[in-house]
Amino acid sequence: MKHLEEKIFKVIMICAAMIILGVLVYIIATVFYRGLPSLTLDMITKLPGGGFYLGKEGGVLNAIVGSLYIIIGSLAISILISVPLVMYINFYLPAKSIFSSLIRFSLDILFGIPSIVYGAFGFALMIFLGVRASLLGGILTVAMLIMPIMMRSFDEITRLLSHELPDALLSLGATKYEMVKVIMKQLMPGLVTAILLAIGRGIGDAATVLFTAGYTDNIPASLNQPAATLPLSIFFQLGSPVEEVQNRAYASAIILTVIILILSFSARYFSSRFSKNKI
Amino acid sequence: MRRLRAAKDKTARYIMLGIAIFTILFLLAIGLSLFFKALPIIREKNLWVLLTSADWKPFKGKFGFLPFILSTFYVSLIAIIIALPFSILTSIYLNSYASKSVKRLFEPVVDLLSGIPPIIYGVWGTLTIVPLIANKIATKFVEYSTGYTVLAGGVVLAVMIIPLLISIMVEVFRSIPKEMTDASLSMGATKWQTVKRVILRKSVSGIIAATVLALSRAFGETMAVLMVCGNITQIPHSIFDACYPLPALIANNYGEMLSMPNYESALMFSAFLLFIIVVLFNGLSRFTLNQIERRYQF
Amino acid sequence: MISTNQHLTSSTTNSFIGMNEAITLKKLITNQSIKIENLDVYIEDQHILKDINLTIPEKSITCIIGPSGCGKSTFLKTLNRMHDESPEVKISGKVFVDDENIYGPHVNVIDTRKKMGLLAQRPCPLPMSIFENVAYGPRIHGIKRRKAVNQTVIQYLQYVGLWDEVRDRVRTSATRLSIGQQQRLCLARGLAIEPEYILGDEATSALDPLSTKKIEELFVKLKEKYTIILVTHTLRQAKRIADHIIFMYMGKIIEAGPTEEFFNNPKKQLTKDYLSGSFS
Ligand SMILES: Nc1ncnc2c1ncn2[C@@H]1O[C@H](COP(=O)(O)OP(=O)(O)O)[C@@H](O)[C@H]1O
Ligand SMILES: [Mg+2]
Repeated sequence: MKHLEEKIFKVIMICAAMIILGVLVYIIATVFYRGLPSLTLDMITKLPGGGFYLGKEGGVLNAIVGSLYIIIGSLAISILISVPLVMYINFYLPAKSIFSSLIRFSLDILFGIPSIVYGAFGFALMIFLGVRASLLGGILTVAMLIMPIMMRSFDEITRLLSHELPDALLSLGATKYEMVKVIMKQLMPGLVTAILLAIGRGIGDAATVLFTAGYTDNIPASLNQPAATLPLSIFFQLGSPVEEVQNRAYASAIILTVIILILSFSARYFSSRFSKNKI
Repeated sequence: MRRLRAAKDKTARYIMLGIAIFTILFLLAIGLSLFFKALPIIREKNLWVLLTSADWKPFKGKFGFLPFILSTFYVSLIAIIIALPFSILTSIYLNSYASKSVKRLFEPVVDLLSGIPPIIYGVWGTLTIVPLIANKIATKFVEYSTGYTVLAGGVVLAVMIIPLLISIMVEVFRSIPKEMTDASLSMGATKWQTVKRVILRKSVSGIIAATVLALSRAFGETMAVLMVCGNITQIPHSIFDACYPLPALIANNYGEMLSMPNYESALMFSAFLLFIIVVLFNGLSRFTLNQIERRYQF
Repeated sequence: MISTNQHLTSSTTNSFIGMNEAITLKKLITNQSIKIENLDVYIEDQHILKDINLTIPEKSITCIIGPSGCGKSTFLKTLNRMHDESPEVKISGKVFVDDENIYGPHVNVIDTRKKMGLLAQRPCPLPMSIFENVAYGPRIHGIKRRKAVNQTVIQYLQYVGLWDEVRDRVRTSATRLSIGQQQRLCLARGLAIEPEYILGDEATSALDPLSTKKIEELFVKLKEKYTIILVTHTLRQAKRIADHIIFMYMGKIIEAGPTEEFFNNPKKQLTKDYLSGSFS
């Protein structure tokens, strides 16, 4: 009797897990199935030509490069802020200080703030500063979005580091700053994981760049020009009534998906060097 | 030389302290600036009216947020209702039954599901879920539905929050000391009895916290939901009605027509609303989860 | 101290008449004993237990001693098949309990575990009330009637001398008990599933001397009805309560025998060294 119940539930549990796995495969398969016929080399090597949005030739190079610029800029900002912060809470503050718990708690909350709120806040800030929708605006807003992601995952990995090396360095007479510089070398794979996760989130998010980065068919030449992004390019192409354009939206979705797949697997590769499995 | 080293150390320390304080203030700054941006409309209209009126005519200066608030709530509720059983069952399976290789298979699955961008979920939703609802499901219940419905939003959102739920729940289950499950097993309890009577019982607070966290994630999700939920300003009366959640309202309208009086303030009000709810929900559940984690760190 | 003990025994003898009868009946039918043949245990390709051959006498206390890491806990877990939960553990050999090989092909693991009550090193109350903790075993083994459950819980709480201490708060969380009380609770919980053997893994190592004494007295009382195998971390405890001693070292049984003989006249050099404290 009790074994029957267990068996039934075991079957249900396996079904639930299989369905989840199935949905993942279904999502990726759908995108590839619909997008593959329109995925040409032109898509990733050409800018939108004249009449692109009517189904004529061209590609989404503008969006790819725009996304790239934005992610590079926002990464630079967030690395500059994240690394010192994580070092500070892990090696400068006492192990169980209230201040470090407060910072971690704020990070948790910042992490949970929806990207649309960052987008709205970023836009309001830009109006206040007199910045138009531009590459710079996109960079700043995406930086807000990915900073907490980077800080949290880098912090998680740093916490796993044993305290032997830091202690040994300190007892050799190194200052904390010098100790941190040595430790950073050890933490490199961890930082790479955090960066990859942040890129993945930042590159795929549309709501942050919707108002702040603008959109253009060209590659931005300076920080105050608008920049196209991949997710928005997908979104706008989908909105077109022309079927070729819609199909190209699916092809662009493949490009984005492939980028995410690569990022996700490389993040896993780097984080596997730290033996903390997530599940 | 020694003084230079000490000076470097000190400078670094102050810079870091500055960044730390900045991070905390940043949260405050977002909240305050959204609040002040929303203040004009809160001043002009009654807060209660804003929240409970269903009359949304920005051109006539009428700003009733109820349709958007209810839409957000319904879509998220459906997402949780769908996602919760899947997540709990899968997490139990991964924690108590699955072999090492199955666990290893599921790590990237959960990773990928949480890594896929909202826009891709939106594409998937419009290509598969929307037509499925329009042609197969809705026809059984109502005469006509476009498929762009509360249900479509809920389903897509459910898939999006499942990875979050699973990764937190697995963490919660794992925080249960092995001695405790061993104690149950060594009394001759079956695995399932142990799951039901010990593991789930011990995890109630963690599961609730995970649910609240997922709910707050669902409230704020924008693009994917926007693409499948219809975006019609109305109070949805069934899951086959179109709806218009708060994030979609902001995304569709912000940046345009801001010359209309109070319109920007109204949109900022919705952002502020989202912010407050999310911070509250997040704060509560993260606090609970931190407690759980701390309790089992020996 | 003495008076509480007298009270304990007098109150339990009354309530345990029923149980005594049941157990004597069982004794008539089966001839309880444990016999181990060629037992080897590997964990992740490490040879942890090496060719164990052993008979454990019934209705007595057998203490297993040996330095930490020699495989005592591993051995105890082979007796109630707890290793089934760890895929990295490989077991070969035979363990006969009441003439049935518990590693045989048609053995029900659940029944084996029910028969071999295991008491863990650190008391681990389940996340429920004191009452629910003791009721857990009877309930999972299918006793539904509330009266019967109530009665069982009270009986065993009395038996371990905990009833009087907790009678006003049996419905409160078990984690609020002192660690000594928790260990007695776990003992009551283990006894309530009506095992035939009791396996204790350093069950008193987390306790203060007074609680230790209470538990030891309980074991001595219990050996009338149960076959008890205890892993112990102190030689003195073994001397105090054991009838038989098994000395393990690096996964092997070095020497085993009656307590008197083992301590007064050890045969192996290794045993002598261990008893004299030249290693531990
Ligand atoms: N799950 C396990 N994985 C790897 N090695 C283990 C495991 N459990 C026990 N061992 C090893 O088996 C040996 C015996 O352990 P144990 O039985 O706990 O010793 P004792 O209880 O006598 O202190 C030790 O060397 C220990 O490292
Ligand atoms: Mg041990």
